[in-house]
Amino acid sequence: MHCARRLSASVALVALLAVGFALSGVATSVDGVLARGQRPWTPEEVGVIASLSLNKLPPASKDPSNAVEAQPAAAALGRALFNDARFSRDGSVSCASCHAPDKQFQDGLPVAEGVGVGTRRAMPVVATGRNAWFFWDGRKDSLWSQALGPLEDKVEHGGNRARYARLVQTYYKTQYEAVFGRMPTLEGVASNASPLGTSDEQIAWQSLPAGQRTNVDRVFANMGKSIAAYEKSLAYGESRFDRYARAIAGKDASGQRELTAQEVNGLRVFIGNGQCVTCHNGPLLTDQAFHNTGVPPRDAARPDRGRAAAVAKVQADPFNCLGPFSDARPEQCSELRFIVAGDPALEAAFKTPSLRNVALRPPYMHAGQFPTLEQVVNHYMQSPAAVLGHSELARGKGDSHAERKPIRLSQEEARDLVAFLATLSGPIVEKAPQ
Amino acid sequence: MTIRSLTSALSALTVAALAGCMTPPPDLDLSTQHASQDKKFVVAVQPPATPPAINQIHSWQVKLSTPDGAPVSHARISVDGGMPQHGHGLPTRPQVTREVADGTYLLEGMKFSMTGWWEIKLAIQSDAGADKVTFNRIVTDPAAR
Repeated sequence: MHCARRLSASVALVALLAVGFALSGVATSVDGVLARGQRPWTPEEVGVIASLSLNKLPPASKDPSNAVEAQPAAAALGRALFNDARFSRDGSVSCASCHAPDKQFQDGLPVAEGVGVGTRRAMPVVATGRNAWFFWDGRKDSLWSQALGPLEDKVEHGGNRARYARLVQTYYKTQYEAVFGRMPTLEGVASNASPLGTSDEQIAWQSLPAGQRTNVDRVFANMGKSIAAYEKSLAYGESRFDRYARAIAGKDASGQRELTAQEVNGLRVFIGNGQCVTCHNGPLLTDQAFHNTGVPPRDAARPDRGRAAAVAKVQADPFNCLGPFSDARPEQCSELRFIVAGDPALEAAFKTPSLRNVALRPPYMHAGQFPTLEQVVNHYMQSPAAVLGHSELARGKGDSHAERKPIRLSQEEARDLVAFLATLSGPIVEKAPQ
Repeated sequence: MTIRSLTSALSALTVAALAGCMTPPPDLDLSTQHASQDKKFVVAVQPPATPPAINQIHSWQVKLSTPDGAPVSHARISVDGGMPQHGHGLPTRPQVTREVADGTYLLEGMKFSMTGWWEIKLAIQSDAGADKVTFNRIVTDPAAR
């Protein structure tokens, strides 16, 4: 309540001062780069803008669970595996099918299409080496473990680990052994076997001696580690926003022309009353956390539980940081050790995505619910109640959310915000493994 | 009044207006040591001297004593918290993993995923009884400074 009063009092004062300012008859531009009566950025705002800039991105931390991630030979093998459609049930799907390099490492579809049709949007794989959790629901805890999921998913690649291990042995033995040492003999391993496969594949898996199961799992995990080494080399390059942020930090007037007046207004909304920066923070414009923001489910009759259904999966995953195929010491698996479980807020919560190159990557949200950024912004302006769980943005009901300020934007501000989002587009660059 | 001072006065007010509601309450108790709710303990928390980066997992220390200053050992401390103005909890579930000295506990798994006002709530159980305590923390982004 006192918030609203303080707000209107301040607005009144600002209005009074603005009148005085106008009467004094000076131009609105103080340093030559302001337009449409814009005020200059405050030092605090300059700090916030700088914190979003790509040059503030620290080098990706090492993944202790993947000992080969910095090896160029592992990245080269991973790149080949990433693009090889033989690693699928019918030879038609590679990682690059849904993570196409010419489509921002996504597919432009609302839900991914592999050998079947999925239920969620393919995620970008660029600059994901800093994530604590992978997939929209975070059901994997490393880049390498993430890469294994789609390979055996029945609607994505649809294959199985025994078959993949044999394929690696047939086509990539030399490259594999250069990174991981001698490949285990796969003698007696069925052509198709996996604990997650069809019932026949599961029976074949159970009939394997434990040692052979471990050998197959090891080759499978190492495929993931190679793919992760490749993916970790994919980074975002500088956008117009980054050049603008650098210019205002360095008080470089000409550099500030990188953004139009409308885009600057949009940035003001982004870090101001749009409250976007609350969750879309840091140089990748994501807090890497899970939130329910009331995004309507694709199928309202069977709403997606998101993070709530993923916690037990990642905890039980043999390919997690604490598992036998991880190269990490248990104390290095902090995210998994201190995972939030059983919190009602996880219901229908999904990961905040990066906004890097966002304008180039429609459609939006975890199941491609919105074709345009205008619709995304409109969703946040409406902030509807969640179909499942509780939206953090929903208007108060006397509960703990009552203090949250609703996102109220004019139509002009919404347009400016969308214009600003397009300034976050830059090249995708492949860097040498670090 | 010069143009520049007018402009800065104007911007300061605008920021106050825009950021007003997301600003933590002005009377927020930011002390790192105070009595628990029912005064059964005095609790002190010690975050790292250098502020960790946003999303960096780190550890705190918690010092627990009786009101007259005697360290309280063998306590069980559970941790909860979140951002009252955003309606979400902590991004991790921090845990007290061991007592490193008499009445001094290691709180592991702390992480803040964004800047702003966070609450850290400790529920304490010991032979001296059970009590609760809340600490407020304003998290800033080291990269923004």
